[in-house]
Amino acid sequence: MSGQATFFPSFSFVPEYHRSWDDGKYLFDFVPSFRFDYEDSERNLVDIQELAWIRVREDWEFRAGVRKVFWGVTESRHLVDVINQVDFTEGLDGEEKLGQPMLNLSFSRDWGVFDIFLLPGFRERSFPGVNARPSFPFVIHEESPGFESGAENYRLDFAFRWTHYFGDLELGLSHFSGTSREPRLLPKNQDFDQFPATTEHFMPYYDVIDQTGIDAQYFLGDWAWKLEYIRRSGQGARFWASVIGFEKTFVGVFNTRADLGLLIEHLYDSRENLLMNSTENDLALGMRYSLNNIWDTNALLVALYDIDSKEYVLNLEASTRIGTNWRLSLEASLFLNIPGPTLVEYSWGTSKKQLFDSELIFFDDEDFVRLQLVRYF
Amino acid sequence: MSNNLIAFLVFFFFPALLLANDEVQEGLRIMTEVDRRDNGWVDYTVDLTMILSNARGETTEREIQMKSKETEEDGDRTLMVFDTPPDVRGTGLLTYTHFIGEDDQWLYLPALKRIKRIASKNKSGPFMGSEFAYEDLSSQEVSKYSYRYLKDEIMHGEEHFIVERYPLDQNSGYTRQVAWVDKEHYRFQKIQFFDRKNKHLKTLDFYDYRMYDNRIWRANSMIMENHVNKKSTRLVWNNYQFNRGMREQDFNKNALKRVR
Repeated sequence: MSGQATFFPSFSFVPEYHRSWDDGKYLFDFVPSFRFDYEDSERNLVDIQELAWIRVREDWEFRAGVRKVFWGVTESRHLVDVINQVDFTEGLDGEEKLGQPMLNLSFSRDWGVFDIFLLPGFRERSFPGVNARPSFPFVIHEESPGFESGAENYRLDFAFRWTHYFGDLELGLSHFSGTSREPRLLPKNQDFDQFPATTEHFMPYYDVIDQTGIDAQYFLGDWAWKLEYIRRSGQGARFWASVIGFEKTFVGVFNTRADLGLLIEHLYDSRENLLMNSTENDLALGMRYSLNNIWDTNALLVALYDIDSKEYVLNLEASTRIGTNWRLSLEASLFLNIPGPTLVEYSWGTSKKQLFDSELIFFDDEDFVRLQLVRYF
Repeated sequence: MSNNLIAFLVFFFFPALLLANDEVQEGLRIMTEVDRRDNGWVDYTVDLTMILSNARGETTEREIQMKSKETEEDGDRTLMVFDTPPDVRGTGLLTYTHFIGEDDQWLYLPALKRIKRIASKNKSGPFMGSEFAYEDLSSQEVSKYSYRYLKDEIMHGEEHFIVERYPLDQNSGYTRQVAWVDKEHYRFQKIQFFDRKNKHLKTLDFYDYRMYDNRIWRANSMIMENHVNKKSTRLVWNNYQFNRGMREQDFNKNALKRVR
C-alpha cells in the first residue's frame, strides 16, 4: 500500500520484578512494557503487563492486580482464551496480550483447579495503523468505539474455569460473561440507512457476550489429540466455533537428536462473512522442528488453508539462542492465492452493506517478515 | 511335540533356566535394595548446575532449582525451574512419576503463561540440549525395568555388583543399561547406556557421594559422556536440603505457575 514503509525498526524494553515473602506465601509481580516504533506510532506502547499481588494458601490462591492468563490447548487458533485483550500490533497469532485487571480466586483440590475471575475494567483492542505491516486498508476508528454496556470500559465482567486431568486426558471447562474482547467492525456512519457510504471507515463495537468453552487434550500413543469448542451468544446470532486436530511427534528423527512434530487442525466458525475473523472452514497444516541443541533452535511452519475460498497463509516462526544472553527470532507471513475482490451483502440490523467476500483480501499485499533480537539480563 | 523331545529339552536346558532365573532374582534383589536404601527421604530441595561440553571442550551452563517429594502410594513428584540461560528463566517442569505406567509431565512457558501437558512418550529426547535424556533424569522406580545380575567386579578398590537392566517401556531410547552398584552402600557408581541398536552410546559416572539426614546418600556430581558425539554433560548438585515439610499442593498446576 502507498504510504506503507518496507522496514519498521522498533525497540522495546520489558523489565521484570518478582518477589516472594514468607516462604512463598506472598508474591508480587511487576512487568511493565515499553515499545517505540519508528514508522507506526500506533505501535508505540507503554503498558503494564503484570502488576499483581498473590496470596498462597494450602489449597487456594488469591490473585489481585493486572495479569495475563492463557487457556486452551490448540496451536492455530486460541478459541477458549478470552480473558486478556489481544495485542494485534504485535502479530496476528493472538499470543501477544495486554494485561487485564482482575480479582482471581483459585482453588486447587483433588477434583482439579477451579478459578473464579472478577474483571473490573476492559481494554480495547488496538489495531495496527494504515501504514503498518500487516495492516488493514481501511481506517479503524479505535478512538470512538461502541459499547453495548452502558458502563462502557468499566463493566464488571465475570468468568470461571475448571481444569483437571484423568490419566492421559486433560480437560478444561470455562465460561465468560462480559464485554467481548473481540469487537465487531461496523461501518462508521451516522445513519446506517444512508447507503452506499464510504467503506473505508469502521468502528469497533464491543457487545456483551456469554461464551462457554471446552478444551481437551488426549494422548494416544505418539498422538496428542486436541479440541477447543466455544458457543457464544450476544454478538449477533448465537454461533459456535471449534478447532479439532492432533500433533504427532517423531523423536530423534532422521537418526539425529532432533524432534519433528506434525500437526493438523481443522478450524470451523459458524459465523458468515467475518471481517475480523478469517477462519470459517480452514485447515491448518503444521510442522514443528526442534533441534534439541544447546542453542534451543526450533522452527514452526504452519500453512492455514481456507477450504472454501482456497486462500492460504504460510506462517513461519523460528528462533535460536545466540551465546548465553541473546535470542534471535524470525517471524514471517505470506498471503497466497488471494482472489480479487467480489462484493457480497453484509447486514447489520435492518441495514445492508456490501463487502468483499474474500476473508483475507485485506492482507493480499501484506506479506511481512519480522526479525527480532532480544537481549536478556 | 513328542514326550521324548520335551524330556530332552528339560534335561538339557533346565539347569540353564534355573541359573538364568537366579541371575534375574539376584538382579532384582540388588536393585530393590538400592531403592529401599534410597527411599524415605520425604522431600528435598536442591540447586542443580548442568555444564555442557562439546567435543572441543567448550562449555555452557544451565542452572535449575529442583524440589521433590515422595508420595505414599505412587512415585515421586518433582518440580524443576530453569534460572539460566536467561531466555528460559521461569520455565517450569512438573513431573508425576508412577510405579506403573508412564509419567505425567507439564511444562510451564512463562512468556505465554501457558501450561502444556507434554507426552512422556518423548522420554528418549535430550533434556535442555544436554547428553541426558528425560528418562535418565526421571525417578528410577524398580518396576520400570527387568534385571539380570552379571558378576562382581572390583572398581577403584571397592567391590561392586554389575547388574544389567532392561527398560520395560518400549518408548525408552535404550535396549539395556549396565550398572555398577557398590556392595557396601548399594549406590550407583556407573551406568553404561546401550541404544536401540545395542550400541554403547553413553556412560554415566557418579562422584562425591555424601550422606544427608544421617542416612540418604547422594552423589554431588555426575558426568554423562556420549561416546558417539564426544560431548559430555556434568551435573553438580548443591545445597541439598531434606525434610522441608512440603505438601502435595507444592506440586500442582498452580504451583507450576508461580515457580519464579
